[in-house]
Amino acid sequence: MKRELKRSNAPIFWALFGAGGMLSALLGPMLVFITGIAVPLALILPADTMSYPHMMDFARNWIGKGFIFAVIALFLWHAAHRIFHSLHDIGIHAGTGARMTCYGLAMLGTLLAAYALLAIGF
Amino acid sequence: MSKRRPYVRPMDGWWRKNPYFVEYMIHEGTALFVAAYAAVLLFGLLRLAQGEAAWNGWLLALKSPWSIGFHLLALAAIGYHAYTWFKIMPRTMPPVIVGGKRLSAWAITGSGLAAAGIASLALFALVWGMAR
Repeated sequence: MKRELKRSNAPIFWALFGAGGMLSALLGPMLVFITGIAVPLALILPADTMSYPHMMDFARNWIGKGFIFAVIALFLWHAAHRIFHSLHDIGIHAGTGARMTCYGLAMLGTLLAAYALLAIGF
Repeated sequence: MSKRRPYVRPMDGWWRKNPYFVEYMIHEGTALFVAAYAAVLLFGLLRLAQGEAAWNGWLLALKSPWSIGFHLLALAAIGYHAYTWFKIMPRTMPPVIVGGKRLSAWAITGSGLAAAGIASLALFALVWGMAR
């Protein structure tokens, strides 16, 4: 009888959850403050901080590209994993459909972010 | 369908009866704000790829009171996520042994929060430096 141990895919999702959780814990609050409060209200930071030329320069730079991709993709995977595992707690059966919805949306967001960053060019 | 109707204990609002689980649901709930903020950024990135007019429309939308309100809530929620992330880190990471002794939970949480503070200040300084 030949029976191979089936490898679990859990470590991949757990690692993405952990990486996104760590990144959002380290930088999340400051990012929200900068992009959502300080720049729109022109508090502390110059009003043109996120102007089109500035953001295009940032998104064309490979470090900037990597940063934008990491923030969007990892935040999405972190949230998808956490929401999926909380479904049971609020009385929703966490089956295949729920799994596909949660992780599928994270995958869709990841692909859209990659597409936009490639469309912006180098 | 079976005629038997076995008793199923209702579980609605089970977590509201215990402060420990209320806190648990709040810190799990911060994921909704992390997802929403990522969606806002993703939408902005897609607008950036569409050109200057589209990008400026997104910047204008960020100035609406609804957006400011959302970001204030997201700041509170993600800030709370950061705090709880490091608070439970002593239990989510393998034990750290320093000089033959196990590093205390307080030291792990404290260094995590300090790292978040330093990283946030560094990010702000970087943005400040690049924008000027």
